[in-house]
Amino acid sequence: MALLEIRNLRVEFDTAAGPFRALDGVDYTVEGGEVLAIVGESGSGKSVAMLAVMGLLPESATVSADLMAFEGIDLRTMPAAERRKVIGKDIAMIFQEPIASLNPCFTIGFQLDEVLKAHTSLSRKARKDRVIELLESVGIPDPLRRVSAFPHQMSGGQCQRVMIAIATACEPKLLIADEPTTALDVTIQKQILDLLTDMQRDTGMGLIMITHDMGVVAETADRVVVQYKGKQMETADVLTLFENPSHPYTKALLSALPENATGDRLPTVADYEAMMQADVREVQP
Amino acid sequence: MSAPILKVRDLKRDYVISGGMFGKSKLLHAVKGVSFDVERGSTLAVVGESGCGKSTLARMLTMIDPPTAGTIEIDGEGIDIAAHGVTREMRQAVQIVFQNPYGSLNPRQKIGAVLEEPLLLNTSMSAAERRDAALAMLEKVGLPPEHYGRYPHMFSGGQRQRVAIARAIMLRPKLLVLDEPVSALDLSVQAQILNLLRDLQDEFELTYVFISHDLSVVRYIADEVMVMYFGEAVEHGTRDQVFSDPQHDYTKTLFAATPRADVESIKKRLAAKPAA
Ligand SMILES: Nc1ncnc2c1ncn2[C@@H]1O[C@H](COP(=O)(O)OP(=O)(O)OP(=O)(O)O)[C@@H](O)[C@H]1O
Ligand SMILES: Nc1ncnc2c1ncn2[C@@H]1O[C@H](COP(=O)(O)OP(=O)(O)OP(=O)(O)O)[C@@H](O)[C@H]1O
Ligand SMILES: [Mg+2]
Ligand SMILES: [Mg+2]
Repeated sequence: MALLEIRNLRVEFDTAAGPFRALDGVDYTVEGGEVLAIVGESGSGKSVAMLAVMGLLPESATVSADLMAFEGIDLRTMPAAERRKVIGKDIAMIFQEPIASLNPCFTIGFQLDEVLKAHTSLSRKARKDRVIELLESVGIPDPLRRVSAFPHQMSGGQCQRVMIAIATACEPKLLIADEPTTALDVTIQKQILDLLTDMQRDTGMGLIMITHDMGVVAETADRVVVQYKGKQMETADVLTLFENPSHPYTKALLSALPENATGDRLPTVADYEAMMQADVREVQP
Repeated sequence: MSAPILKVRDLKRDYVISGGMFGKSKLLHAVKGVSFDVERGSTLAVVGESGCGKSTLARMLTMIDPPTAGTIEIDGEGIDIAAHGVTREMRQAVQIVFQNPYGSLNPRQKIGAVLEEPLLLNTSMSAAERRDAALAMLEKVGLPPEHYGRYPHMFSGGQRQRVAIARAIMLRPKLLVLDEPVSALDLSVQAQILNLLRDLQDEFELTYVFISHDLSVVRYIADEVMVMYFGEAVEHGTRDQVFSDPQHDYTKTLFAATPRADVESIKKRLAAKPAA
């Protein structure tokens, strides 16, 4: 049985300019111990899909799906109390904009401790040690002092890492990481990716990693979902995707790394569309 | 040679951090005496480890935070916000794109109004002209006109980042400090933004201080590169110097740690992975 199984997910937003379909029938399957990467254009519905799983979309969103199951149980029919237990404990999420998702009024130590209090049976003293250990694991310097820092006293990348510490604190069965390393330089990014993949190996955690960085995909993913304008273009294991991408958008994505820029210009959205159309013509003469 | 538009000398910034479990507070030297010049119409890229002081530097350059010591000169004019504040012209001439776009957008202001606000305050454009300018800017950063009436929370992360860039370039500032402006963008949209920044620079002689940890982006956009490490500028040179012959150990580590996206590396990783 898959850890998470989603079939035919659709999300529509009610906006002043009329309904807007953000997702149009996408599927995701994640097994325990597996890393699924979701890649795709900005605005293609990656975050919305995962917020739908977490039940965190605003009222203006209408969500429908044929199946939305965690460990075989449909999240939608789960009693509210049960669902609250699953979300946050068994499923944790690292949000895309970390500073916005930390509470500005409490120290980071307090926020970490709250998570441990809610989801573990550790004693007060043990929690104190665990908080320091977690901050160390994400490379926050001088953790004994920094526990009492407020989010605005931390750098962008430090906030992102605190968010990661919070999400990993309760050892979830499924971790959804939405662009978890965007604010990090490559050296710290490596430390964080190692931390996540070690955790995933040691505890059999499933990991969904939303990223726009094909280097991160290459270095962590088992399987990859490629999205474009709310639709799923392609799902493949990581090697197949890089060796033999089947969808034109994926090909455009891989061929457009900035190191491949020709002359002064980088290939843009319009060029992608041209590349895709050229490719489609090739396929259907 | 033209005079530099930005002249920074021995700039320092300390923060007091409370003692935490030690009970005694201490000074954190976030920026420890940085000096550099930026030529008009050029781009200085600032790279460095998370927490090394890049955003702190950005906030001082854009007159949001006062330095603890040192001087900043913009277009020949000394800046001292602690002593005599900042003129409106200066505020308008220097803009910033924050690392955290969410926090810098008013949740109750529609995007159209966000983009028009600087025009309302600083120009005599009519409402219709402002609207047209805002719509044109939306298009330039790759957002459809329907987004004009949307609130910040209705955007994706990368869309919000583009709104922040659009707002900052609305007034064609002389000096634009961009703090990780394309970190949330996929390659195709990133390219559109980088091309746009380059076009604006060519057309209006804009000067950029561009903070980024993405080396391929830096390589594309920078004329000069400054590498920061624990609050100090440990390396500064032309792009080609820094990329072809990095001097500092941290710079070398940075190049070595860049993820590999080639098929051989993937095969090696998968082979090393213990069977599930
Ligand atoms: N509350 C909302 N109301 C209306 N539209 C919304 C809302 N939230 C998101 N959207 C739209 O849904 C689409 C998908 O958004 P989503 O945040 O999932 O994109 P994404 O793939 O995560 O992009 P990015 O890489 O930029 O973060 C976007 O076009 C966005 O503008
Ligand atoms: N208001 C503050 N009070 C105390 N310490 C602070 C404050 N703001 C920043 N710091 C500390 O100063 C150092 C530099 O922070 P800064 O935000 O400049 O880093 P950065 O280079 O931008 O990092 P990142 O790449 O993670 O955004 C960090 O150690 C940070 O924790
Ligand atoms: Mg997103
Ligand atoms: Mg920063």
